[in-house]
Amino acid sequence: MSRIREESPGEPLAVEATGLVKRFGATRAVDGIDLAIRRGTIFGLLGPNGAGKTTTIRVLATLLRPDGGHARVLGHDVVREAAAVRAKISLTGQFASVDEDLNGRENLVLIGRLQGFAWRDAKRRAEELLEAFDLADAAARPVRAYSGGMRRRLDIAASLVVTPELLILDEPTTGLDPRSRSHVWEIVRSIAAAGTTVLLTTQYLEEADRLADRLAVIDHGRVIAEGTSHDLKAAVGGSMLHVRLRDGARTPEASAILGRVLGHEVHAGSDPATLAASVHDDAVVGDALAALSRAGIGIAEATLGRPTLDEVFFALTGHPAEESEREEVA
Amino acid sequence: MSTVTTQEPLDARDRVQGALSGMRRPPAPSALSASLTMGWRALLKIKHVPFQLFDATIFPLTSTLLFTYLFGGALAGSPREYIQFLLPGILMQSVVFVTVYTGVGLNTDIDKGLFDRFRSLPIWQPAPLVGALLGDGLRYSLSGLLVIALGLVLGFRPQAGAVGVLLALALVLVFAFAVSWIWVVVGLVAKRPESVMTWSFVLFPLTFLSNAFVDPATMPGWLQAVVAVNPVTHLVTATRALMHGEPASEAVAWVLVASAAITAIFAPIAFRLYGRER
Repeated sequence: MSRIREESPGEPLAVEATGLVKRFGATRAVDGIDLAIRRGTIFGLLGPNGAGKTTTIRVLATLLRPDGGHARVLGHDVVREAAAVRAKISLTGQFASVDEDLNGRENLVLIGRLQGFAWRDAKRRAEELLEAFDLADAAARPVRAYSGGMRRRLDIAASLVVTPELLILDEPTTGLDPRSRSHVWEIVRSIAAAGTTVLLTTQYLEEADRLADRLAVIDHGRVIAEGTSHDLKAAVGGSMLHVRLRDGARTPEASAILGRVLGHEVHAGSDPATLAASVHDDAVVGDALAALSRAGIGIAEATLGRPTLDEVFFALTGHPAEESEREEVA
Repeated sequence: MSTVTTQEPLDARDRVQGALSGMRRPPAPSALSASLTMGWRALLKIKHVPFQLFDATIFPLTSTLLFTYLFGGALAGSPREYIQFLLPGILMQSVVFVTVYTGVGLNTDIDKGLFDRFRSLPIWQPAPLVGALLGDGLRYSLSGLLVIALGLVLGFRPQAGAVGVLLALALVLVFAFAVSWIWVVVGLVAKRPESVMTWSFVLFPLTFLSNAFVDPATMPGWLQAVVAVNPVTHLVTATRALMHGEPASEAVAWVLVASAAITAIFAPIAFRLYGRER
């Protein structure tokens, strides 16, 4: 990356991984991952299912031993100083790791006690967190009866009983409805604003775009791109021209015209009447649109803008991030 | 707290940040404290899901009644006569059968991802295992006491009185704790909680191929040989002797040696498997 790191020499990075490898049998789930995450930022690991995101964070959380490479978390080696790492981080797994038989309050008191609080302090801490995470009314109800969003909030609250220096969230909003999702986003932003570094994985491009300061795109156990979402969009090249036609039936014809004028591959957009193409020289956009009207193809809408992460992912990997993503967005 | 939903995001931000600037990190809990906290969790689970106790209560009570009245007359002349012989055996079987839930509970925690959280906490790592055993101990005691109470109602009259009965129960618990380490290992290895249950079939030969229900003298010679080496046989012999005030030291010693051996083999395996990545 071109950006110069503004680290003070005494302050270690939150996460520093070089050549991380983790094998399961013959599969290399993590195949040489490098990461550098600055303190106080939100860092997103973006990739489809099975890309190696969860394995990477489990290595960083000391739950798995790497087969190759090194990783330091908050200045401590994840293998040799695992206990020191565990004392500074919190991990919230992919499936809400709370005890369903216990109620919300008891779950938090349990974690408080295991963090070393006296009973009285553990209870006080539980009340504070229940209040902060909108769970006070449900405190005495068994977690079994919680909604997905409530469960996820309790799970994150459990990770904050002692404020960690690094909070790792594995797909924090997978399976949540849009309202719960934005609630979780707000919580994550608040946590980062209070000084905790957040490392999260996601398969939602929108989530990475809106939440993360920097991101790494992972595919097949490797980092294929890293930077801010702005950097990544720029890396794909210039701008993206999106055109919506009045008549969807003329899409193939329009695609051919645009391809010829722009000199770039044109691909289908989110619905049959839309087309998208990368543009390196904005000056030719006018020519392209003029060529369409000369051919008698009506344009309902044309926009020139930065590519979406969806397009970035496609450009980087040659396949979409996730088949269901389209439906999610729609 | 007002519940104006439109204001929620801003509100939430303040509240979350307020909660974050809370307390400082306390020193990590001692091994004992962490284990006791885990034990507290086990008790809460029993309190919230009393149905969990179904197997620890209904099964022992039913089998005590069935065995007493079904076989009592044929095997010992009368149910009342038979229960003097049967009760120590059925006490052993009831408690030993409950040990399987140690493995089921453990496997459920792993399955639900709870163990990942426990393992990423700065606690003495075996605390979740040890704490679970504390809850199990309560379950074993409850099973045992229920069987003894029912036995007394049905006419069981231990010659050695309350002290003998309690010593016998204590010995059964010692053995059960040893056996539960085997279930900890199964619980750590099995893929799903249901497959732990499947393994419980081994408890049938273990408890039935003993002197728990009938005098082995009536069995074929090869079976007698099997029964004689089954540690459960020594446990039942010791339990009977303690309850009826007969010399018990030799059998008790056997049980203690067997329990120590089972623990010495399975506890280290359990700890190793627990530390293993999954």
